[in-house]
Amino acid sequence: MTWQSLQADLSSAGYVASDDLAMALFLAVTLGKPLLLEGPAGVGKTQIAKTLAELQGAKLIRLQCYEGLDASHAIYEWNYQRQLLSIRAAAEDHKPSDEIEDHIFSEKFLLQRPLLEAIRQEKPAVLLIDEIDRADEEFEAYLLEVLSDFQITIPEIGTIEAKTRPHVILTANGARDLSDALRRRCLYNFVDYPDRRTEMAILARRCPDIEARLAEQIVGFVQALRREELEKKPGIAEMLDWAAALAGLGVNDLADDPVQTQATLVCLLKTERDRAAVPKEVQQRLAGKAA
Amino acid sequence: MQVTRFPERAQGPAERMAGFMAHLRMNGIPAGLNETETALAALGAVDAGDIGEVRSALKAICAGDADQEMRFDELFDAYWRNRGRKRGGASVTHSAHNMQAKGAGNYRLASGASDEAGEADTPDDGTEGEAGRAGTGQLIASRVSTIEKTDLRKLMTPEDLERAEQVAERIAKSIRDRRSRRRKAAARGAVLDMRKILRRSVNRGGEPIDLFYKTRPDRPARIVALLDVSGSMTVYARVFLAFLKGLVSADQATDAYLFHTQLVRISDALRDSDTMRAVNRLSIMAQGFGGGTRIGANLKIFNAQYAAQSVNGRSVVIILSDGYDTDPPEMVADALARLKRRGARIVWLNPLKGWEGYEPVARGMAAALPYLDHFAAANTLDDLAALEPWLNGI
Repeated sequence: MTWQSLQADLSSAGYVASDDLAMALFLAVTLGKPLLLEGPAGVGKTQIAKTLAELQGAKLIRLQCYEGLDASHAIYEWNYQRQLLSIRAAAEDHKPSDEIEDHIFSEKFLLQRPLLEAIRQEKPAVLLIDEIDRADEEFEAYLLEVLSDFQITIPEIGTIEAKTRPHVILTANGARDLSDALRRRCLYNFVDYPDRRTEMAILARRCPDIEARLAEQIVGFVQALRREELEKKPGIAEMLDWAAALAGLGVNDLADDPVQTQATLVCLLKTERDRAAVPKEVQQRLAGKAA
Repeated sequence: MQVTRFPERAQGPAERMAGFMAHLRMNGIPAGLNETETALAALGAVDAGDIGEVRSALKAICAGDADQEMRFDELFDAYWRNRGRKRGGASVTHSAHNMQAKGAGNYRLASGASDEAGEADTPDDGTEGEAGRAGTGQLIASRVSTIEKTDLRKLMTPEDLERAEQVAERIAKSIRDRRSRRRKAAARGAVLDMRKILRRSVNRGGEPIDLFYKTRPDRPARIVALLDVSGSMTVYARVFLAFLKGLVSADQATDAYLFHTQLVRISDALRDSDTMRAVNRLSIMAQGFGGGTRIGANLKIFNAQYAAQSVNGRSVVIILSDGYDTDPPEMVADALARLKRRGARIVWLNPLKGWEGYEPVARGMAAALPYLDHFAAANTLDDLAALEPWLNGI
């Protein structure tokens, strides 16, 4: 596999990746390093993990981070209900408590959470750690340990070694600064909003039925909209939604149909304030520019 | 395409690569042995003869954030394509990075240290540490009985001002102290510690008789202070600056800014232990000290440049200003609304509010009111001290 072939494969799977992104992903896969993707929301950071899993025929294991995420949600948890039942049963047989304890803290009673699950796969999985910047710093530190050794220590059992090493993709969109240690451990790529040409390619790939002229207008409009001062800039997913909406309504030309265009803007502008910030005149100006 | 000529008298690819990493380090990208190793491995996986591929690969390996990624191409060209710009922009970028790295490192250190201190305070039997908290506050309050009630405008002699500065600084430090000692009792924790309960219940035939709870220590709020040093605030500026200094030096995560017609970050200057140097740095930064104010524009700049990194749901943004603004009031409202949306709490301390018969009629102030979580006076030291109970309550 070369990075060009990976880029081509991604493209045929519906993901248009920039050269830098394709290279970073290629190296991550080849060298077995985690890949950290940063960038604004809606530029396809999560999607690339899904596409990679699809290409490799691997299982996608996703860990969605949030504030307060801890080991019992990310790594493993004991199955307390089963343990309780088992203690009861064993107590009736008058087994010594040492024996019971050994029994209930065995792998049989272990619930796997994403990180543990990922290293226990027979075939390398794709581990997506989404929005790592939302998790606490303590979790980040723990994650570093897992990512460097690919082994997990459970006090009651011992160390569990990785059967296979997952391809790790981390995403962040700047909710807080990540530690230098984590950044240094990962390959890095900043995924920005695509340029006009790339976005055209994405649109053509995902919605092949849209006429070239309308496609050009749509991309031009969205690109112009991103330069406006908005609270939430429309991402690629929003652009695709909008394209689908326009196609569904049978709009062929943005300039011809300002009413429909205005009505479908809900796909792009997701806050009240942004709706207000793009009144008809601005919209027509943008559409004019796009046409 | 220009042929890659290797600078200096490097022997093999490994050494050249090591030289490149040194070049990156010199320019503020912390690349080390680990990166060199990865880079050499990567060269085997890509077409090492194609400079575009190599550049792209090394970028993925060496860059650690968006800023470094942006600067990488230039650094790459400078080294591998021998443009002789080996030290381009070294001093500025490097020191900026160092400052960042230092700040981040210290922050972690600081939070770790405070955690330990807090742990030691936490009583095991689960009663809260309230008694200890109240004690510290009282002590400070009784020590400063006279000066604290005086309106800061009336402090004329240098001695009074100096004393006020000391008190302001101490109040600020105590705010940090008390916050970090806040702990929830483990006996009334939020989550059952099932692991411990089960272990103990083995001996009792599976009956969970003793219950154990888990609790998470409260993390201190992150304070961001913005001080207005325009003409109308001059009389308060010295004491407030001391207050800021106290806040900043008590907690590495605290951020402080001055604004008048421009916004400047002063956290690092305030942390400078050398007083004279700190004063110099500040006076350079505060060109225009005592002039007009542009609150709206400055808040907007704060939102755009700093808020993304430093303001989140645990932040408290403290604005010290009298609300006289030369910008249109909508600008303040808009900027505060955006700030609010980050989940931060906004405190506005207005020295005028302590005046008798004051109404927030200044247009900027009136526009800001709906977005404030706390709007308080700040014309005596007492008022500054009153901030603490409020912070503890959130």
